[in-house]
Amino acid sequence: MRKRLLIEIAKSLLLARWRQTLIAAIGVTFSITMFITLLSFMSGLNDLLDGLILNRTPHVRIYNDIKPNADQPINKSSQFAKSHNFIGSIKSDANRQAIYNSEAIIKSILNDPRVLGLSQKLTAQVFFNDGSIDITGSIFGINPKAESELYHFDEYITTGNAADLTKVNNSIILGQGLADKLLVQIGDAVQITTSKGDLFQLKVVGTFQSGIKDFDNVQSYASINTVQKILSVPNDYITSIQVKLKDITQAPVVAKQYQQLYQTDAEDIQTANSQFETGSSIRTLISYSVGITLLIVAGFGIYNILNMMIFEKMDSIAILKATGFSGKDVKSIFIYIAISIGIFGGLMGLLFGFGLSALIDQIPFNTASLPTIKTYPINYNPRFYLIGIVFSFITTYFAGWFPARKASKIDPVVIIRGK
Amino acid sequence: MEKILEAKNINKFFHDPIRIQVLENLSFSINKGEFVSLTGKSGCGKSTLLYVLSTMDTDYDGTLLIDGVEMPKKDEGFLAKIRNEKIGFVFQFHYLLNEFNVLENVMLPGLKLAKYSRAEVEHRAMEKLKILGIDHLALKKSNHVSGGEKQRVAIARALINDPHIIMGDEPTGNLDKKNSDLVFDIFNQLANEFNQTLLIVTHDPSFAERTHRIIKMEDGKIIS
Repeated sequence: MRKRLLIEIAKSLLLARWRQTLIAAIGVTFSITMFITLLSFMSGLNDLLDGLILNRTPHVRIYNDIKPNADQPINKSSQFAKSHNFIGSIKSDANRQAIYNSEAIIKSILNDPRVLGLSQKLTAQVFFNDGSIDITGSIFGINPKAESELYHFDEYITTGNAADLTKVNNSIILGQGLADKLLVQIGDAVQITTSKGDLFQLKVVGTFQSGIKDFDNVQSYASINTVQKILSVPNDYITSIQVKLKDITQAPVVAKQYQQLYQTDAEDIQTANSQFETGSSIRTLISYSVGITLLIVAGFGIYNILNMMIFEKMDSIAILKATGFSGKDVKSIFIYIAISIGIFGGLMGLLFGFGLSALIDQIPFNTASLPTIKTYPINYNPRFYLIGIVFSFITTYFAGWFPARKASKIDPVVIIRGK
Repeated sequence: MEKILEAKNINKFFHDPIRIQVLENLSFSINKGEFVSLTGKSGCGKSTLLYVLSTMDTDYDGTLLIDGVEMPKKDEGFLAKIRNEKIGFVFQFHYLLNEFNVLENVMLPGLKLAKYSRAEVEHRAMEKLKILGIDHLALKKSNHVSGGEKQRVAIARALINDPHIIMGDEPTGNLDKKNSDLVFDIFNQLANEFNQTLLIVTHDPSFAERTHRIIKMEDGKIIS
């Protein structure tokens, strides 16, 4: 009963000055709209940029690096175990780029509950022969199905079909830049020379655009079997295992474990691409600070309007207090006013924010490097909407609290005797 | 006789700009059904006394009992409740809320008290308006009625919770002769017919003469 009456009084005061109220609410609406739009757009952009690299990068990559062997013969000799050994003219040991016992390792990794999936890969350095010109390039041997599922490989195929790599024998998908240089289309054949001098004919079944032009100029994909054939190596020969984890933050730990467990090199995504995370978090930080600044400005607007209202309503406050409303009641009335401005303005802001983001989502955004992106990226994360409404509630509450306290302290005797 | 209001040794000082005693050791009581006027020259402290008795001004020394209960000086919430339930106010200015209509203005203290349901409060408010002969104005906005009518609405508002005492600070001060008489007649009727206790501050001698009892003040003291 008490609350209902106070809310009713608050409503009457609000509606009596609906123009002022509306302006205050519009301030909140505007700031929440901008907050939502800014965050949705910024985080959509972040996802896009991160996806460019992070989606295609394995969380943990297991491989054999080209490096000198850590166990040099002299270290094994017990005679010199305690001495400090200097070895000159040491050479990197590049004989075995393949991963030992890869089948067993793959089985064991797939049993790890932290792992979402993995794909194998091997790389062949080749020359693409185009008449008298040889273009240096590389062919990645992949499993197109696993690659598409884990690393969105199929999204970057601009012509042709990723699955054809396994269906068609000796087939290849070329980077767009490479295909342009070789002047080939789907159905054409390209000739390659391996580093050992063997010649191969491969059939083009598609082209891809990764978004990074330098990649597209030198890279191509074929099935694992095809690349094994090109390199004339056995069926279990692979040069890297690319693991995708359920939780990306686990990557450094997992990488370290695998390195010890399988006696290979293992690199985690954070080490490989540390700059991306920094960029994303700073962009997010900027969006949040701009959004919150807007809200605080709107809060000052509400503060001003409530202060004015209290100044105008001195008499009403005095008589309410004289007829039995306590200071607490008066304070509640003005806080209700502030909060209803905040909630109304905030909800409108969410609506307009959604509308504006949806509008931006329709604006064409064509860039040669991102074939799958047709419009500006927007992230419709409900979290932004939740944060927006909570913040509008909190700022308006505080913007209302100070004037409301002032109103509750008004001495009715001073007002009434002052007449 | 039942004592509605009792003041014992009330002293009050103004501190700004210099310390002046405005009320000097006042003691008196008002019985149920009495129609009392408080008169005196301008600045004698009669309004100051009224606001002390109203519980709105708590900056005084001495004891104030309303309906036999001693009024605390610190508990603002309790005093607000007392004012709501036991005291009705009529000021020189009507202090109606322009956002509400006449009926709602009368109902507000009743709704605050929450002793009756909304429908009952509305019914009671209409009754009070009828007693004061302004029930036809019930649904008008409070700033659309005349000055005399506004003051009658204010009286109806003071009556809504059946207070123990009605306090008036120059309730006829802003009204012409005709409306002043009307307001006096209403007070008189309330006192005689409904046994309502009234304490009215006035400097109008013709008003004071017609009340049951006159308390005359001079320089912060009661002289008769």
